Amino acid sequence: MQFKTASSPHIAQQNSVQSLMFKVLLAMVPGTIAMIVFFGWGVLINIIIASVAALCAEALMLWLRKRPIKPFITDGSALLTAALLALALPQLAPWWLTVIGTLFAIVVAKHLYGGLGFNPFNPAMVGYVVVIISFPKEMTQWVPPLLDTYTQLTFNETLNIIFGGHLPPTYTWDAITMATPLDTVKTQLGLELSIHEIETHKKYAPMFGFIGGFGWEWVNGLFLATGLYLAIKGIIDWRIPAGIIVALLVLSNTFALYDYASFTPPTFHLFSGGIMLAAFFIATDPITAATTTKGRWLYGMGIGIFIFIIRTWGSYPDGIAFAVLLMNMAAPLLDYYTMPRAFGHRWTEFPHHHKVEDDEE
Amino acid sequence: MTRTSDQLWHFHGGLKLDSNKAMSTASPIIKAKLPARLVIPVQQHIGKAGQVLVKVGDRVLKGQVLAECNEYVSAPVHAPSSGRIVVIDELPAPHPSGLNTLCIVIETDGEDKWVERQPTQQPTSKSPAELRQLIRNAGIVGLGGAAFPTAVKTNPGPQAHIETLIINGAECEPYISCDDMLMREFAEELISGCAIIQYMVSASHCLIAIEDNKPEAIAALEVAIKAQALQNIEVVSIPTLYPSGGEKQLIKILTHKEVPSDGLPSEIGLLVQNVGTAVAVHNAIILGEPLISRIVTVTGEGVMQPQNMQVLMGTLMSELIEQSGGYHDDASKLIMGGPMMGFTLQSDNLPVIKGCNCLLVENTPLQTPATMPCIRCGVCATVCPAQLLPQQLYWMASSKNFDLVQDYHLFDCIECGCCAQVCPSQIPLVQYYRFAKTEIWNQERDRIKSDHARVRHDFRQARIDREQKERAEKLRKKKELLEKKKLAEAAEKETGNAPEVDPKKAAIEAAMKRVREKKAAQQAASDE
Repeated sequence: MQFKTASSPHIAQQNSVQSLMFKVLLAMVPGTIAMIVFFGWGVLINIIIASVAALCAEALMLWLRKRPIKPFITDGSALLTAALLALALPQLAPWWLTVIGTLFAIVVAKHLYGGLGFNPFNPAMVGYVVVIISFPKEMTQWVPPLLDTYTQLTFNETLNIIFGGHLPPTYTWDAITMATPLDTVKTQLGLELSIHEIETHKKYAPMFGFIGGFGWEWVNGLFLATGLYLAIKGIIDWRIPAGIIVALLVLSNTFALYDYASFTPPTFHLFSGGIMLAAFFIATDPITAATTTKGRWLYGMGIGIFIFIIRTWGSYPDGIAFAVLLMNMAAPLLDYYTMPRAFGHRWTEFPHHHKVEDDEE
Repeated sequence: MTRTSDQLWHFHGGLKLDSNKAMSTASPIIKAKLPARLVIPVQQHIGKAGQVLVKVGDRVLKGQVLAECNEYVSAPVHAPSSGRIVVIDELPAPHPSGLNTLCIVIETDGEDKWVERQPTQQPTSKSPAELRQLIRNAGIVGLGGAAFPTAVKTNPGPQAHIETLIINGAECEPYISCDDMLMREFAEELISGCAIIQYMVSASHCLIAIEDNKPEAIAALEVAIKAQALQNIEVVSIPTLYPSGGEKQLIKILTHKEVPSDGLPSEIGLLVQNVGTAVAVHNAIILGEPLISRIVTVTGEGVMQPQNMQVLMGTLMSELIEQSGGYHDDASKLIMGGPMMGFTLQSDNLPVIKGCNCLLVENTPLQTPATMPCIRCGVCATVCPAQLLPQQLYWMASSKNFDLVQDYHLFDCIECGCCAQVCPSQIPLVQYYRFAKTEIWNQERDRIKSDHARVRHDFRQARIDREQKERAEKLRKKKELLEKKKLAEAAEKETGNAPEVDPKKAAIEAAMKRVREKKAAQQAASDE
């Protein structure tokens, strides 16, 4: 009898990129629902706009690059990029801002670098940085989290604002948007208020919850819970979020102990803004992260350090996107210097540089 | 107690796999039928092929040497049964390359008549070197799959001091159960073989390592050891984790030592032998029988009655399948070895060789895997028992950066397949590493060849240069001589002196003159 030949191993393989991506997407659902609950329909509308834009851009780029469309459009990577970007944008951002960010992420940051697996920078974060630099005003249109003092927008009102830019009559921007807790702390610290004064201020006090920003602490808590589940299941590498959280904890604790009036406490750092989403879902993008175990610790810690620096002394209230992109740049270097000791070798020997001689092809 | 502690260690990574061994261990080992024809490849081992000693038409007896080894790293092959040599030619043999190799075909006579065997009742009455020679003559090679000549492996050299002999009964690959069954049914022979090897390398103790998914084998060996009241031999149950049966991994588990990347276990006082090899050593020394048969696991979802068979080398695989009830209709792949490291065969019309531990018939439909680009998830690195970075090696191998790939220790890769098994992008990683290794070997060979060629060319150039110079020198000398002559003649003309008459020339002239005169005189006489 004749048989066909194949290369070992011969056991049927169960893993796939697709299942990996969709597990991550699924794990984002609880945190996203919490965001919708606290911050309104804008969250969902943003996700839908970004997803449609991402899938269209992905299909177009695959077609232009003469790549098979079906396996790549269904791999879930474009949807994941879209979801991460949408969650990072303000809930009342105009539709075109979301579309521009998404297109830049998929077309430039992903496909112009060679598509899935070849992009050196996190596409969602590239998209975010493009819009925050280009449209700083629109990027402040955050909705206050379920507070009595603010009007809650209906689905249709939200849709009108996002697509038409029309506020419902009698509404003002000030009535429906407000600065995020991180932004508020930054501004008021600049106005020489102490942390305690900000937290007990009549106007700002409702923004603070038990341990972080009101609403934000629930969102972060849920992303932390599902992120931990992914880490335990080995779907994401636990070292990257651990590195981010450890670095942020150590730095914020040190500075808060040194001067509690001017530096926010560690819990506030961890449970306000997008830290848990960033730590478990954004920074863990394996394509753009370091790949060795030691490298991943350093990569995570680097992101944590940069987030703290940008939040504390930088000109942006949250520095996640910049921190991630900065460490993306460092990833190849980290991999190079953290090569594991191979079995039977005594110590880590750095690979030699092989100079390409000019006369060689 | 032979070990100082019961502690076991872990090697990095590894995979928990479904063992699928039970399907072939339900019945005892069955002796395969004596086939009408046996096809014996001359080379069944790592090293040089032997020299064929028989010719077509010869009658051979069971156990008679067919091809002899005259290199150090080599092994002879023997006739597995008595009969007549009918063909000696290049024939298909099981090898990943699928190429033909020199084979000796025996038509068996059914008598199964042995050559005279020379058993050794008391192995310790012989020196280790004598025993090694017997093992060498018996054609024993490592039966775990690599088929490295055992006589070479049991000769670690005068500097090496072997502290511990490790007998590898881990059998970590799924489906394969030939070692398991061998340990269950040949426990005494195995212990005897261990003792012989232990004596040969003067190891102070011996550990038989078995994965804990083989409790019957562990029990059988413990009984055999107890029965003989042996003190320095111990069965160690190790956790089931692929690839614990890899030599370096097994050493790590048992001793926490790591074999240096470029070294051998003997450098750290260890020698590892497969359980089947130990039984073969027993047979060779105690019974005087060469290695002419082995246990083969015939298994998989694609075969009707999975089982273990005692098979004569050279038996065609198709016959084993037939005796195991034949194929299922959905049989799709025939693999020699296990599902992780075995290689697929194009046909079952191939002989069983010394390294053939398992015939695995799969029924999974053959489909090209939906390979996606590497997303650098690094799961491959977490399972790599050699502590490499498979994802980086893949990038380098696929971009043909053969220098860098060696710096990332490509040659420490044992091709266990763990990385490819967990890769979410379903990249056939091991294939890339094999490709890179082969390319590097080829380059190395080419480099050596071109070095030789360059040296030869340089020699030739030097010779041509030298010859040219010599010729030029000769010519110059001749010219000088001629010039001198001319100058001398010219000088004589000028002075008017007659040149000195050469006495030789004068003598010839005189002789000629005499002949002419004589002839003239004769002419004159006849005219009268």
